[in-house]
Amino acid sequence: MRSSDELVIVDYEAGNLRSVELAVSHLGAGAVTSGDPERVRRAGRVIFPGVGGADAAMAVLRSRGLDEALRDVHRAGRPMLGICVGCQVVFDSSEEGPTDCLGLVPGRVTRLLPAPGRKVPHMGWNVVRQRRPHPVVAGIADGARFYFVHSFSVLPAAREATVGATWYGREFAAVVAAGNIVATQFHAEKSGHWGLRLLDNFLSWSP
Amino acid sequence: MTHTTGAADAPGAAADGLAKRVIVCLDVRDGKTTKGVRFLDNKVVGDPVAMAQQYYRDGVDELVFYDITASAERRGIMLDVVRRVAEQIFIPFAVGGGIGSVADMRAVLLAGAEKVSVNSQAVRNPHIISEGAAAFGTQCIVLGLDAKKDAAMPSGYRVMIDGMRRATELDALQWAQRAQRLGAGEVVLNAIDTDGVQAGYEMEVTRLLADSLTIPVVASGGAGTPDHLYEVLEHAHADAALVASMVHFGTYTVREIKRALSARGVCIREP
Repeated sequence: MRSSDELVIVDYEAGNLRSVELAVSHLGAGAVTSGDPERVRRAGRVIFPGVGGADAAMAVLRSRGLDEALRDVHRAGRPMLGICVGCQVVFDSSEEGPTDCLGLVPGRVTRLLPAPGRKVPHMGWNVVRQRRPHPVVAGIADGARFYFVHSFSVLPAAREATVGATWYGREFAAVVAAGNIVATQFHAEKSGHWGLRLLDNFLSWSP
Repeated sequence: MTHTTGAADAPGAAADGLAKRVIVCLDVRDGKTTKGVRFLDNKVVGDPVAMAQQYYRDGVDELVFYDITASAERRGIMLDVVRRVAEQIFIPFAVGGGIGSVADMRAVLLAGAEKVSVNSQAVRNPHIISEGAAAFGTQCIVLGLDAKKDAAMPSGYRVMIDGMRRATELDALQWAQRAQRLGAGEVVLNAIDTDGVQAGYEMEVTRLLADSLTIPVVASGGAGTPDHLYEVLEHAHADAALVASMVHFGTYTVREIKRALSARGVCIREP
C-alpha cells in the first residue's frame, strides 16, 4: 500500500469537522477532509473526530468501508488521532449499543452516570493528569484543563494505554496511546492553547 | 447538599474536577455587537469578532452569539461572523437566534459553531429539539429559555418568547424537563426581571432548574459583579454563568471575574 504525506481528516458525518480543519490550518498544516476509504488508506496521517454516539459512528464507518480503511492505516503503523467519539470507536465495544467498535485498543466504553451535582453530559473544562510521558503531551502542563463534552468514557484494559486521566465521579482515560494510535476524549480543537499544542504535537509525531 | 462537582469529588488533588464556566454572550445585529437593557434600547458596543478574540485571550470558557438581526435576508452576515470567529477562536461557541430548522442548524455548525441555541422556535415546534439532537447529537442542542416570575405557574415561572415580548402557557420547569427528554444537552436560563439591570441573577428559578435537570444549566441575565456569579454558581448550583454588559462596557474583564471567583473557592479554569 503506497502512502502519501497527506493528512486526512476522516469525514463520516459524525460531527464538527470544521473546527478540526480550522485548528489544523491555524497550525500551518494542510489537510484534506475525506470520506473516501481509498484516500484514508493512502493517508500519511489520519485524524478522526466525532460527536454523538459510538454506535451511530460505527454504523457509518462500516457502511462506507471506512472501518477497514482505518484498520489498514493502523496495520501500516501511520499516526492516527481519534477525538471524542473518535476516541471511543478505537476500543473493542461500547455499552451504548450492541455494535462492536474498531477493536484497535483493548478496552471498553462505559456510560457516565448522572448523580446529584454531577450532570451528564460531562460538559466543560476539566483537569487532565498525566500518567506517563508521551510525545503528544510534551510541553503541556500536568493538570492543564481541556474541553469535554461526552456521556460515555473509555476504560483501557492496559494501564499503560492511559497517558492522561480525568476525574468525573470516577477516573477515566482522557488521553489514550497505544502504538501508532493516540486518542483524546476531550476536544483538542476546542481546548484553547493547550489543545492546539496537543494537535501540533500530533502533527509532528512519528510513532 | 449531598455532592458537588468541585474539589470534594477528586481524591488527592484539590483543584481537580469540572470547572464552573464563565460564558460571554454577544447579541449581534447586522454584524455588530449590541447590548440592551431588559431586551430594549440596544446600543452598538463593537465588532463581535474583535471582541471574541479579546475575551478568548482573557480566558473566557465559551461564547454565545445571538443573532438579533431583524430581517431574514441579512442572516448571511451572521454566518460570516461565525466563520470569522471560528477561524481565530479555539474554544466552543454557540449560535442562537432565528434557528427554526435542521437546515438552519447545519448552516451555523458548518460555519464552525459547536452548538446551536433554540428558543421561541422550539416552543412553537418542540420537535426541532429532537430532530436537531438526532442529526447532530444532544451536546449540540442548547435550549434558550426565557422565564418570568408568575405565581400562577406551578414552578412560579412562566416561559416567555419572542425576546420576552410574548407570554406562553408553558411552565418554565416543565418545559425545561420536556426539552431535556427531547434531547436538549444544555439549558441557558434567562430570567427577565433582571436582564441587563446588573442587580444579580434570578437565584430561585436557576436553583430550581439546576437541581431538577440532569443536563447542565447556564444562568443568564442580571450579572453586574463577580459576586453575582459566585452566588449563582455556588448557591443556585448553576453549571455556568453567562455575562454580557459587565464585560462589554469594560466594568470587569473576564480575567478579573475569574480571579475573584477563584479567590472565593470556585473551581474555575485559570486564564
